[in-house]
Amino acid sequence: MNTRGLRSQLKDSVPVAGLCPQGAYGVQDSLRSGFTSVKNELLPSHPLELSEKNFMLNQDKMNFSSLRNIQGLHAPLKLQMEYRAARQIQRLPFLQSSNLALDTLRGNDESIGFEDILNDPTQSEMMGEPHMMVEYKLGLM
Amino acid sequence: MLHSAKPCEIQTGGFCFENTRRNAVLESSLSESGYKAPGARKTGTTIAGIVFKDGVILGADTRATDDMVVADKNCVKIHFIAPNIYCCGAGVAADADVTTQIMSSNVELHMLNTGRPALVTMVTRQLKQMLFRYQGQIGASLIVGGVDVTGPQLYSVYPHGSYDKLPFLTMGSGAAAAVSVFEDRFKPNMELEEAKQLVREAITAGIFCDLGSGSNVDLCVITEAGVEMLRGYDKPATKGKREGQYRYKPGTTAVLTKTVTPFPLVVVDESVQIMDTE
Repeated sequence: MNTRGLRSQLKDSVPVAGLCPQGAYGVQDSLRSGFTSVKNELLPSHPLELSEKNFMLNQDKMNFSSLRNIQGLHAPLKLQMEYRAARQIQRLPFLQSSNLALDTLRGNDESIGFEDILNDPTQSEMMGEPHMMVEYKLGLM
Repeated sequence: MLHSAKPCEIQTGGFCFENTRRNAVLESSLSESGYKAPGARKTGTTIAGIVFKDGVILGADTRATDDMVVADKNCVKIHFIAPNIYCCGAGVAADADVTTQIMSSNVELHMLNTGRPALVTMVTRQLKQMLFRYQGQIGASLIVGGVDVTGPQLYSVYPHGSYDKLPFLTMGSGAAAAVSVFEDRFKPNMELEEAKQLVREAITAGIFCDLGSGSNVDLCVITEAGVEMLRGYDKPATKGKREGQYRYKPGTTAVLTKTVTPFPLVVVDESVQIMDTE
Protein backbone atom coordinates (compact mmCIF):
# COMPACT_ATOMS: atom_id res chain seq x y z
CA MET A 1 0.00 0.00 0.00
CA ASN A 2 1.52 3.22 -1.07
CA THR A 3 1.26 5.28 2.08
CA ARG A 4 4.05 7.57 1.16
CA GLY A 5 1.57 10.36 0.79
CA LEU A 6 0.16 9.85 4.25
CA ARG A 7 3.46 9.06 5.87
CA SER A 8 5.00 12.31 4.76
CA GLN A 9 2.22 14.16 6.49
CA LEU A 10 2.63 12.38 9.82
CA LYS A 11 4.38 14.63 12.23
CA ASP A 12 6.75 12.88 14.57
CA SER A 13 7.65 16.00 16.43
CA VAL A 14 6.33 19.40 17.16
CA PRO A 15 7.83 22.03 14.84
CA VAL A 16 11.32 22.96 16.00
CA ALA A 17 11.96 26.64 15.75
CA GLY A 18 15.73 26.58 15.42
CA LEU A 19 16.32 23.54 13.26
CA CYS A 20 13.69 23.95 10.53
CA PRO A 21 12.66 27.58 10.48
CA GLN A 22 9.34 28.23 8.85
CA GLY A 23 10.19 31.59 7.39
CA ALA A 24 11.44 32.26 3.92
CA TYR A 25 15.16 31.83 3.15
CA GLY A 26 15.52 29.42 6.08
CA VAL A 27 15.66 32.15 8.69
CA GLN A 28 13.62 32.10 11.88
CA ASP A 29 10.40 33.96 11.32
CA SER A 30 10.37 35.96 14.57
CA LEU A 31 7.38 38.01 13.52
CA ARG A 32 5.11 34.97 13.38
CA SER A 33 6.56 32.21 15.47
CA GLY A 34 8.15 34.22 18.23
CA PHE A 35 11.58 33.81 19.78
CA THR A 36 13.43 30.54 19.55
CA SER A 37 13.95 28.21 22.45
CA VAL A 38 15.21 24.75 21.69
CA LYS A 39 14.00 23.32 24.97
CA ASN A 40 10.56 24.71 24.36
CA GLU A 41 10.05 23.26 20.95
CA LEU A 42 12.05 20.07 20.88
CA LEU A 43 9.90 17.93 23.14
CA PRO A 44 6.12 17.79 23.30
CA SER A 45 4.80 19.32 26.50
CA HIS A 46 1.94 16.90 26.96
CA PRO A 47 1.99 13.13 26.43
CA LEU A 48 -1.08 13.37 24.21
CA GLU A 49 0.04 16.27 22.06
CA LEU A 50 1.66 14.25 19.30
CA SER A 51 -0.84 11.45 19.24
CA GLU A 52 -3.72 13.91 19.00
CA LYS A 53 -2.02 15.83 16.21
CA ASN A 54 -1.61 12.68 14.17
CA PHE A 55 -4.82 10.98 15.15
CA MET A 56 -6.83 11.64 12.00
CA LEU A 57 -3.93 10.65 9.78
CA ASN A 58 -3.34 7.43 11.68
CA GLN A 59 -7.00 6.53 11.50
CA ASP A 60 -7.04 7.12 7.76
CA LYS A 61 -3.90 5.07 7.30
CA MET A 62 -5.38 2.17 9.26
CA ASN A 63 -8.67 2.32 7.41
CA PHE A 64 -7.04 2.50 4.01
CA SER A 65 -4.73 -0.41 4.64
CA SER A 66 -7.54 -2.66 5.89
CA LEU A 67 -9.65 -1.56 2.94
CA ARG A 68 -6.81 -2.47 0.62
CA ASN A 69 -6.55 -5.89 2.19
CA ILE A 70 -10.27 -6.55 1.88
CA GLN A 71 -11.20 -5.05 -1.46
CA GLY A 72 -7.98 -4.58 -3.36
CA LEU A 73 -5.90 -1.59 -4.31
CA HIS A 74 -8.58 0.24 -6.25
CA ALA A 75 -10.72 0.96 -3.20
CA PRO A 76 -8.29 3.11 -1.21
CA LEU A 77 -7.07 4.80 -4.36
CA LYS A 78 -10.56 5.90 -5.33
CA LEU A 79 -11.30 7.01 -1.79
CA GLN A 80 -8.09 9.00 -1.54
CA MET A 81 -8.96 10.73 -4.77
CA GLU A 82 -12.31 11.70 -3.30
CA TYR A 83 -10.63 12.89 -0.08
CA ARG A 84 -8.26 15.05 -2.06
CA ALA A 85 -11.13 16.56 -3.99
CA ALA A 86 -13.17 17.17 -0.85
CA ARG A 87 -10.23 18.75 0.93
CA GLN A 88 -9.98 21.39 -1.75
CA ILE A 89 -13.45 22.73 -1.09
CA GLN A 90 -12.58 25.63 1.17
CA ARG A 91 -13.62 29.18 1.71
CA LEU A 92 -11.48 32.31 1.71
CA PRO A 93 -8.31 31.99 3.81
CA PHE A 94 -9.59 33.65 6.95
CA LEU A 95 -13.04 32.05 6.98
CA GLN A 96 -13.68 28.71 8.63
CA SER A 97 -15.05 26.04 6.33
CA SER A 98 -17.46 23.43 7.61
CA ASN A 99 -15.66 20.66 5.69
CA LEU A 100 -18.99 18.95 5.17
CA ALA A 101 -17.91 16.78 2.26
CA LEU A 102 -14.75 15.65 4.03
CA ASP A 103 -16.66 14.88 7.22
CA THR A 104 -19.23 12.86 5.33
CA LEU A 105 -16.53 10.82 3.60
CA ARG A 106 -14.80 10.11 6.88
CA GLY A 107 -18.01 9.31 8.71
CA ASN A 108 -17.51 12.12 11.24
CA ASP A 109 -20.96 13.51 10.54
CA GLU A 110 -22.49 10.58 12.45
CA SER A 111 -20.55 10.86 15.67
CA ILE A 112 -19.78 13.47 18.29
CA GLY A 113 -16.38 13.76 19.89
CA PHE A 114 -14.31 16.32 21.70
CA GLU A 115 -13.48 18.00 18.38
CA ASP A 116 -17.08 19.13 18.14
CA ILE A 117 -17.48 20.30 21.71
CA LEU A 118 -14.18 21.86 22.73
CA ASN A 119 -12.38 24.68 20.99
CA ASP A 120 -14.86 25.10 18.17
CA PRO A 121 -12.99 27.04 15.45
CA THR A 122 -16.20 28.81 14.39
CA GLN A 123 -16.41 30.30 17.87
CA SER A 124 -12.78 31.17 18.51
CA GLU A 125 -12.17 34.52 20.17
CA MET A 126 -9.33 35.46 17.87
CA MET A 127 -9.86 36.29 14.27
CA GLY A 128 -6.98 36.27 11.85
CA GLU A 129 -6.28 39.42 9.93
CA PRO A 130 -7.71 38.88 6.45
CA HIS A 131 -4.98 40.79 4.60
CA MET A 132 -2.14 39.02 6.36
CA MET A 133 -3.68 35.62 5.87
CA VAL A 134 -4.31 36.11 2.17
CA GLU A 135 -0.74 37.30 1.68
CA TYR A 136 0.54 34.31 3.62
CA LYS A 137 -1.58 31.98 1.52
CA LEU A 138 -0.34 33.45 -1.73
CA GLY A 139 3.23 33.34 -0.52
CA LEU A 140 3.74 37.07 -0.77
CA MET A 141 4.75 37.45 2.84
CA MET B 1 3.83 34.06 23.26
CA LEU B 2 1.03 34.79 20.88
CA HIS B 3 1.57 32.49 17.96
CA SER B 4 0.48 34.65 15.08
CA ALA B 5 1.39 31.95 12.62
CA LYS B 6 -1.37 29.79 14.06
CA PRO B 7 -4.33 31.59 12.41
CA CYS B 8 -2.75 30.89 9.06
CA GLU B 9 -2.96 27.15 9.62
CA ILE B 10 -6.22 25.25 9.47
CA GLN B 11 -7.83 25.34 12.89
CA THR B 12 -9.34 22.18 14.28
CA GLY B 13 -11.42 21.70 17.37
CA GLY B 14 -10.63 19.41 20.25
CA PHE B 15 -8.04 19.65 22.98
CA CYS B 16 -5.53 22.46 22.96
CA PHE B 17 -2.17 21.87 24.63
CA GLU B 18 -0.86 25.43 24.51
CA ASN B 19 -0.93 26.00 28.23
CA THR B 20 0.67 22.77 29.45
CA ARG B 21 4.13 24.25 29.72
CA ARG B 22 2.87 27.31 31.51
CA ASN B 23 0.91 25.09 33.92
CA ALA B 24 3.95 22.92 34.62
CA VAL B 25 6.02 26.02 35.44
CA LEU B 26 3.22 27.41 37.63
CA GLU B 27 2.87 24.15 39.52
CA SER B 28 6.58 23.87 40.21
CA SER B 29 6.79 27.46 41.40
CA LEU B 30 3.70 27.01 43.59
CA SER B 31 5.03 23.85 45.18
CA GLU B 32 8.26 25.69 46.00
CA SER B 33 6.27 28.17 48.09
CA GLY B 34 4.32 25.33 49.65
CA TYR B 35 0.97 25.77 47.92
CA LYS B 36 -0.78 23.05 46.01
CA ALA B 37 -2.28 23.62 42.58
CA PRO B 38 -6.09 23.18 42.46
CA GLY B 39 -6.99 19.63 41.51
CA ALA B 40 -9.93 18.22 39.64
CA ARG B 41 -12.91 17.22 41.75
CA LYS B 42 -13.10 13.44 42.04
CA THR B 43 -16.22 11.58 42.95
CA GLY B 44 -14.52 9.25 45.46
CA THR B 45 -17.24 6.79 44.87
CA THR B 46 -18.80 3.47 45.41
CA ILE B 47 -20.61 2.22 42.34
CA ALA B 48 -21.87 -1.31 41.84
CA GLY B 49 -23.93 -3.37 39.46
CA ILE B 50 -25.37 -6.86 39.35
CA VAL B 51 -27.21 -9.00 36.87
CA PHE B 52 -30.32 -10.61 38.31
CA LYS B 53 -33.04 -12.82 36.88
CA ASP B 54 -34.90 -10.24 34.79
CA GLY B 55 -32.25 -7.60 34.20
CA VAL B 56 -29.60 -5.39 35.70
CA ILE B 57 -29.46 -3.29 38.88
CA LEU B 58 -27.00 -0.39 39.14
CA GLY B 59 -26.26 1.30 42.46
CA ALA B 60 -24.21 4.31 43.51
CA ASP B 61 -23.61 6.56 46.49
CA THR B 62 -24.08 10.34 46.20
CA ARG B 63 -20.99 12.06 47.58
CA ALA B 64 -18.56 14.11 45.48
CA THR B 65 -15.26 15.01 47.17
CA ASP B 66 -12.70 17.70 46.45
CA ASP B 67 -9.57 16.27 48.06
CA MET B 68 -10.60 16.08 51.72
CA VAL B 69 -13.73 18.24 51.49
CA VAL B 70 -17.20 17.06 50.51
CA ALA B 71 -18.08 19.16 47.49
CA ASP B 72 -21.56 17.80 46.80
CA LYS B 73 -23.69 15.88 49.28
CA ASN B 74 -26.24 14.68 46.77
CA CYS B 75 -24.85 14.31 43.28
CA VAL B 76 -26.15 11.95 40.62
CA LYS B 77 -23.77 9.26 39.52
CA ILE B 78 -26.10 7.12 37.43
CA HIS B 79 -26.28 8.63 33.95
CA PHE B 80 -28.65 7.99 31.09
CA ILE B 81 -27.16 6.57 27.91
CA ALA B 82 -30.10 5.01 26.09
CA PRO B 83 -33.66 4.11 27.19
CA ASN B 84 -32.43 0.63 28.03
CA ILE B 85 -28.81 1.40 29.02
CA TYR B 86 -27.58 3.33 32.05
CA CYS B 87 -24.06 4.04 33.20
CA CYS B 88 -22.49 4.73 36.62
CA GLY B 89 -19.42 6.94 36.64
CA ALA B 90 -16.52 7.12 39.09
CA GLY B 91 -13.23 8.98 39.02
CA VAL B 92 -12.98 12.63 38.03
CA ALA B 93 -16.54 13.96 38.15
CA ALA B 94 -16.36 16.21 35.07
CA ASP B 95 -14.72 13.52 32.95
CA ALA B 96 -17.37 10.96 33.87
CA ASP B 97 -20.18 13.46 33.17
CA VAL B 98 -18.91 14.62 29.81
CA THR B 99 -17.94 11.12 28.70
CA THR B 100 -21.40 9.76 29.44
CA GLN B 101 -23.03 12.71 27.69
CA ILE B 102 -20.91 12.17 24.59
CA MET B 103 -21.74 8.46 24.68
CA SER B 104 -25.43 9.20 24.98
CA SER B 105 -25.33 11.50 21.94
CA ASN B 106 -23.34 8.99 19.92
CA VAL B 107 -25.74 6.20 20.80
CA GLU B 108 -28.70 8.30 19.72
CA LEU B 109 -27.02 9.11 16.39
CA HIS B 110 -26.17 5.46 15.91
CA MET B 111 -29.75 4.39 16.62
CA LEU B 112 -31.09 6.93 14.12
CA ASN B 113 -28.55 5.75 11.58
CA THR B 114 -29.08 2.01 11.87
CA GLY B 115 -32.73 2.11 12.89
CA ARG B 116 -32.12 -0.44 15.65
CA PRO B 117 -32.12 -0.14 19.45
CA ALA B 118 -28.72 0.19 21.05
CA LEU B 119 -26.64 -2.73 22.26
CA VAL B 120 -24.64 -2.55 25.48
CA THR B 121 -21.58 -3.90 23.67
CA MET B 122 -21.73 -0.98 21.28
CA VAL B 123 -21.59 1.51 24.13
CA THR B 124 -18.73 -0.38 25.77
CA ARG B 125 -16.76 -0.52 22.56
CA GLN B 126 -17.10 3.18 21.85
CA LEU B 127 -16.17 3.99 25.44
CA LYS B 128 -13.07 1.86 25.48
CA GLN B 129 -11.89 3.16 22.13
CA MET B 130 -12.30 6.74 23.28
CA LEU B 131 -10.63 6.18 26.66
CA PHE B 132 -7.72 4.34 25.06
CA ARG B 133 -7.24 7.15 22.60
CA TYR B 134 -6.66 9.53 25.51
CA GLN B 135 -4.35 7.09 27.34
CA GLY B 136 -5.99 7.39 30.73
CA GLN B 137 -5.81 11.20 30.86
CA ILE B 138 -9.59 11.17 31.00
CA GLY B 139 -10.05 9.79 34.50
CA ALA B 140 -13.45 8.16 34.18
CA SER B 141 -14.16 4.61 35.43
CA LEU B 142 -17.58 3.51 34.33
CA ILE B 143 -19.97 0.64 34.87
CA VAL B 144 -22.30 0.21 31.88
CA GLY B 145 -25.39 -1.90 32.36
CA GLY B 146 -28.46 -2.54 30.28
CA VAL B 147 -30.92 -4.94 28.76
CA ASP B 148 -30.91 -5.35 25.00
CA VAL B 149 -31.93 -8.02 22.51
CA THR B 150 -29.14 -10.33 23.68
CA GLY B 151 -30.21 -10.13 27.31
CA PRO B 152 -29.06 -8.28 30.44
CA GLN B 153 -25.38 -7.33 30.44
CA LEU B 154 -22.94 -5.54 32.71
CA TYR B 155 -19.56 -4.13 31.69
CA SER B 156 -16.96 -2.11 33.54
CA VAL B 157 -14.58 0.19 31.68
CA TYR B 158 -11.37 1.47 33.27
CA PRO B 159 -9.77 4.87 32.53
CA HIS B 160 -7.06 3.39 30.32
CA GLY B 161 -9.53 1.52 28.15
CA SER B 162 -9.72 -2.04 29.49
CA TYR B 163 -13.08 -3.60 30.17
CA ASP B 164 -14.59 -6.57 32.01
CA LYS B 165 -17.83 -8.42 31.52
CA LEU B 166 -19.02 -9.96 34.77
CA PRO B 167 -22.25 -10.79 36.63
CA PHE B 168 -21.37 -8.34 39.41
CA LEU B 169 -19.01 -5.37 39.40
CA THR B 170 -17.91 -2.58 41.69
CA MET B 171 -15.72 0.45 41.07
CA GLY B 172 -14.51 3.56 42.78
CA SER B 173 -12.67 4.09 46.03
CA GLY B 174 -15.25 2.04 47.94
CA ALA B 175 -15.06 -0.85 45.51
CA ALA B 176 -13.27 -3.16 47.91
CA ALA B 177 -15.91 -2.74 50.61
CA ALA B 178 -18.77 -3.25 48.16
CA VAL B 179 -17.29 -6.21 46.35
CA SER B 180 -16.77 -8.02 49.65
CA VAL B 181 -20.54 -7.94 50.18
CA PHE B 182 -21.12 -9.22 46.66
CA GLU B 183 -18.56 -11.99 46.98
CA ASP B 184 -20.26 -13.15 50.14
CA ARG B 185 -23.92 -13.10 49.14
CA PHE B 186 -24.23 -13.03 45.35
CA LYS B 187 -26.18 -15.84 43.68
CA PRO B 188 -26.99 -16.10 39.97
CA ASN B 189 -30.63 -15.47 38.96
CA MET B 190 -31.77 -13.68 42.11
CA GLU B 191 -35.24 -12.21 42.49
CA LEU B 192 -35.82 -8.47 42.20
CA GLU B 193 -36.26 -7.63 45.89
CA GLU B 194 -33.37 -9.81 46.98
CA ALA B 195 -31.11 -8.23 44.36
CA LYS B 196 -32.14 -4.70 45.38
CA GLN B 197 -31.34 -5.45 49.01
CA LEU B 198 -27.97 -6.88 48.07
CA VAL B 199 -26.94 -3.82 46.04
CA ARG B 200 -28.19 -1.56 48.82
CA GLU B 201 -26.05 -3.42 51.33
CA ALA B 202 -23.02 -3.29 49.09
CA ILE B 203 -23.28 0.49 48.60
CA THR B 204 -23.94 0.95 52.32
CA ALA B 205 -20.74 -0.98 53.05
CA GLY B 206 -18.93 1.44 50.77
CA ILE B 207 -20.57 4.45 52.47
CA PHE B 208 -19.55 3.37 55.95
CA CYS B 209 -16.16 1.85 55.24
CA ASP B 210 -14.79 4.38 52.73
CA LEU B 211 -14.18 8.04 53.43
CA GLY B 212 -14.74 9.08 49.86
CA SER B 213 -18.30 7.72 49.68
CA GLY B 214 -21.28 8.85 51.67
CA SER B 215 -24.81 10.25 51.83
CA ASN B 216 -27.53 8.26 50.11
CA VAL B 217 -27.88 5.13 48.01
CA ASP B 218 -29.25 5.52 44.48
CA LEU B 219 -30.52 2.50 42.60
CA CYS B 220 -31.45 1.98 38.99
CA VAL B 221 -33.37 -1.16 38.00
CA ILE B 222 -33.28 -1.98 34.28
CA THR B 223 -35.50 -4.73 32.94
CA GLU B 224 -36.98 -5.52 29.58
CA ALA B 225 -40.17 -3.78 30.65
CA GLY B 226 -38.38 -0.51 31.40
CA VAL B 227 -36.19 1.42 33.76
CA GLU B 228 -36.97 2.37 37.35
CA MET B 229 -34.71 5.07 38.77
CA LEU B 230 -34.80 5.04 42.59
CA ARG B 231 -33.06 8.19 43.69
CA GLY B 232 -32.42 8.25 47.41
CA TYR B 233 -33.53 4.66 47.86
CA ASP B 234 -31.86 4.50 51.23
CA LYS B 235 -30.41 7.20 53.48
CA PRO B 236 -28.22 5.37 55.98
CA ALA B 237 -26.22 8.42 56.94
CA THR B 238 -28.93 10.72 58.30
CA LYS B 239 -28.16 12.48 61.58
CA GLY B 240 -29.77 10.97 64.63
CA LYS B 241 -31.89 12.97 67.08
CA ARG B 242 -30.14 14.50 70.05
CA GLU B 243 -31.35 12.88 73.25
CA GLY B 244 -30.30 15.51 75.80
CA GLN B 245 -30.13 19.28 76.00
CA TYR B 246 -26.66 20.66 76.44
CA ARG B 247 -27.52 24.31 76.89
CA TYR B 248 -27.14 25.92 80.30
CA LYS B 249 -30.21 27.54 81.75
CA PRO B 250 -30.03 31.40 81.80
CA GLY B 251 -28.97 32.40 85.32
CA THR B 252 -26.49 29.55 85.84
CA THR B 253 -23.60 32.02 85.93
CA ALA B 254 -23.89 35.11 88.17
CA VAL B 255 -23.66 38.46 86.35
CA LEU B 256 -21.18 40.87 88.02
CA THR B 257 -21.33 43.99 85.80
CA LYS B 258 -23.30 45.00 82.72
CA THR B 259 -22.51 47.77 80.20
CA VAL B 260 -24.88 48.60 77.32
CA THR B 261 -23.58 50.47 74.24
CA PRO B 262 -26.34 51.12 71.67
CA PHE B 263 -25.32 50.88 68.00
CA PRO B 264 -27.52 53.03 65.74
CA LEU B 265 -27.87 50.62 62.81
CA VAL B 266 -30.37 50.80 59.97
CA VAL B 267 -31.54 47.64 58.19
CA VAL B 268 -30.70 48.19 54.50
CA ASP B 269 -31.33 44.79 52.94
CA GLU B 270 -32.59 41.51 54.34
CA SER B 271 -32.21 38.18 52.55
CA VAL B 272 -32.80 34.69 53.89
CA GLN B 273 -30.70 31.77 52.63
CA ILE B 274 -31.71 28.35 53.89
CA MET B 275 -28.76 26.15 54.81
CA ASP B 276 -28.84 22.55 53.69
CA THR B 277 -28.34 20.86 57.01
CA GLU B 278 -29.42 17.37 55.97
